[in-house]
Amino acid sequence: MNIHEYQAKQLLKGYGAPVAQGVAIQSADEAEAAARSLPGPLYVVKSQIHAGGRGKGKFKELGPDAKGGVRLAKSVDEAVAHAREMLGNTLVTAQTGDAGKQVNRLYIEDGADIDRELYLSLLVDRTTGRVAFVASTEGGMDIEAVAEHTPEKIFTLPIDPDTGVTDADADKLARSLVLEGKAADQAKGVFKLLYTAFVEKDMSLLEINPFIVMENGDVRVLDAKVSFDGNALFRHEDVVALRDLSEEDAKEIEASKWDLAYVALDGNIGCMVNGAGLAMATMDIIKLYGAEPANFLDVGGGASKEKVTAAFKIITADPAVKGILVNIFGGIMRCDVIAEGVIAAVKDVGLNVPLVVRLEGTRVAEGKKIIDESGLNVISADDLDDAAQKIVAAVNSK
Amino acid sequence: MSILVDRNTKVLVQGLTGKTGTFHTEQALAYFGTQMVGGIHPKKGGETWSSGVDGTELPVFASVAEGRERTGANASVIYVPPAGAAAAIIEAIDAGIELIVAITEGVPVMDMIKVKARLEKSSSRLIGPNCPGVLTPEQCKIGIMPGNIFSKGSVGIVSRSGTLTYEAVFQTTNEKLGQTTAVGIGGDPVKGTEFIDMLEMFLADEETKSIIMIGEIGGSAEEEAAQFLIDEARKGRKKPMAGFIAGLTAPAGRTMGHAGAVISGGKGGAEDKIAAMEAAGIKVSKSPARIGATLVEVLKG
Repeated sequence: MNIHEYQAKQLLKGYGAPVAQGVAIQSADEAEAAARSLPGPLYVVKSQIHAGGRGKGKFKELGPDAKGGVRLAKSVDEAVAHAREMLGNTLVTAQTGDAGKQVNRLYIEDGADIDRELYLSLLVDRTTGRVAFVASTEGGMDIEAVAEHTPEKIFTLPIDPDTGVTDADADKLARSLVLEGKAADQAKGVFKLLYTAFVEKDMSLLEINPFIVMENGDVRVLDAKVSFDGNALFRHEDVVALRDLSEEDAKEIEASKWDLAYVALDGNIGCMVNGAGLAMATMDIIKLYGAEPANFLDVGGGASKEKVTAAFKIITADPAVKGILVNIFGGIMRCDVIAEGVIAAVKDVGLNVPLVVRLEGTRVAEGKKIIDESGLNVISADDLDDAAQKIVAAVNSK
Repeated sequence: MSILVDRNTKVLVQGLTGKTGTFHTEQALAYFGTQMVGGIHPKKGGETWSSGVDGTELPVFASVAEGRERTGANASVIYVPPAGAAAAIIEAIDAGIELIVAITEGVPVMDMIKVKARLEKSSSRLIGPNCPGVLTPEQCKIGIMPGNIFSKGSVGIVSRSGTLTYEAVFQTTNEKLGQTTAVGIGGDPVKGTEFIDMLEMFLADEETKSIIMIGEIGGSAEEEAAQFLIDEARKGRKKPMAGFIAGLTAPAGRTMGHAGAVISGGKGGAEDKIAAMEAAGIKVSKSPARIGATLVEVLKG
């Protein structure tokens, strides 16, 4: 689960992180009061969407010459003018896709006199099975590009969960960022509090890009991106309260209510599969035979008839879907339950596109019988290859 | 031979008294008499569990330590819900259980980081979490794999995905190759066992004549395994291998069902993994329906 920058900063501020004063607003009328409440004379007006690359992003409605999604203002009036231009418009960044994202919130922040821009993040390092810091002197840039072109400028430090960030760890990190004096002392404290926040809140990513040293030698968290481990949300009501549903796909929200793993994609063949690996493999095989999947959908191991029906409805609600492939290898999941769910859903919502069903595993004979005797126009497939070829052919022949 | 489990494996069930634990314990008992020796429940110690299928009774113990002492169990399977799964694994580690198989999906990563630190200081092996378990045909079934698709044979199977494990098992059964052991290592980012340890065991196992390795997007475990295989081949240890990687069409930055299946920071994509595996001599099938057929091609040379 992702949150907005202003939420991330508030959360980190609670742990003692140095962040700028700022005010989040949802309407341009709030902009003046927000800016006036800040020290000035420099302000930053930042679009709050769940995607990176905002600074270099462009507003669809404003044309290519307009400024991006993060803007500097040298007066309250200028900040207000920016807010009026940005709010409600659609920001397209390298991470939003061509459709872009509507900017419904802005964060107006006190500006900073930047001396150095650094990069700092915490993530789960799978190889060591530990939380690791990633630090680089090349802040404010695309860290993936830094990692690719100058890997020697990336410093990674896994943290022992039994000790947390030790003084020696903090020293190493400060040295890797070439920090000295006051900045180094402050940064060492920041490293420790970031680690504490990461562990206590069950984060999966905490990225500060840039982490800055100001001209007066103080350090500051200038931008913050935080993602949380979805599997740990059950113990963090405060984090769940930060969820912004307007940032999520409506079909994905509906799927999450049914505890279905669903990801909307751009193709036209809807997929319903059991198991995440098989669901990905089903997308891959559709592509292999020349078509594109409309979604990833894992109904899970112990799905009920109702859950299968809900999954089917979510798939058919996507107007881009021109055909559906149901691929089930029943281990725990019984084929007859899937068959009943599919039939119930088809009877309920109707079927206007070709449907190919491949069933294998537990109670496969019963499942196939239910499909065959339903009288519905369902194409039966013998194996995954056969299923993929049949659905691609059916969609292409339309 | 086989790896990890055989007919001598004695299994305790943590979470036996729940619906999932009960169902899969019944299935395991029905699978060539897998030695399920007892269940664990902190408040139900002294009670008896009975199978709804044939009335088989198993003792319930209050702790894993007690269960191990009373039954001589050397393995444990965990069906405990996510919030308590890490504590259950740690209890099994502390009780000195040799093989711990955690089926539970949805264990918080931070919990697994704590588990992993404990695991490193112990002699226990953990498979999972978020995995289908381990099965040695006609000997022992731990977890949730459907026993009916297996046949005794010569292929070792290791996979991050449950249902793709079933595909590989089913296809190798249809190709009349059969399996020595199938291991689902699980779809989480931090887990007890990675590919390398399983490949090491399959390379060492005399009955395993060939290996299927199934990976997916996210992390770099496949690349590390490929490097391991290259290093072993230089020492003269090598077996014919086929493989598959799921997620060629997955978009970057999205978690695809499994918590560990996500391409992040430009890393963990399917193409890199396929290239690394091919470089290590694994023939990677483009189609998930042709994993078995691909292995047959490799074996025919």
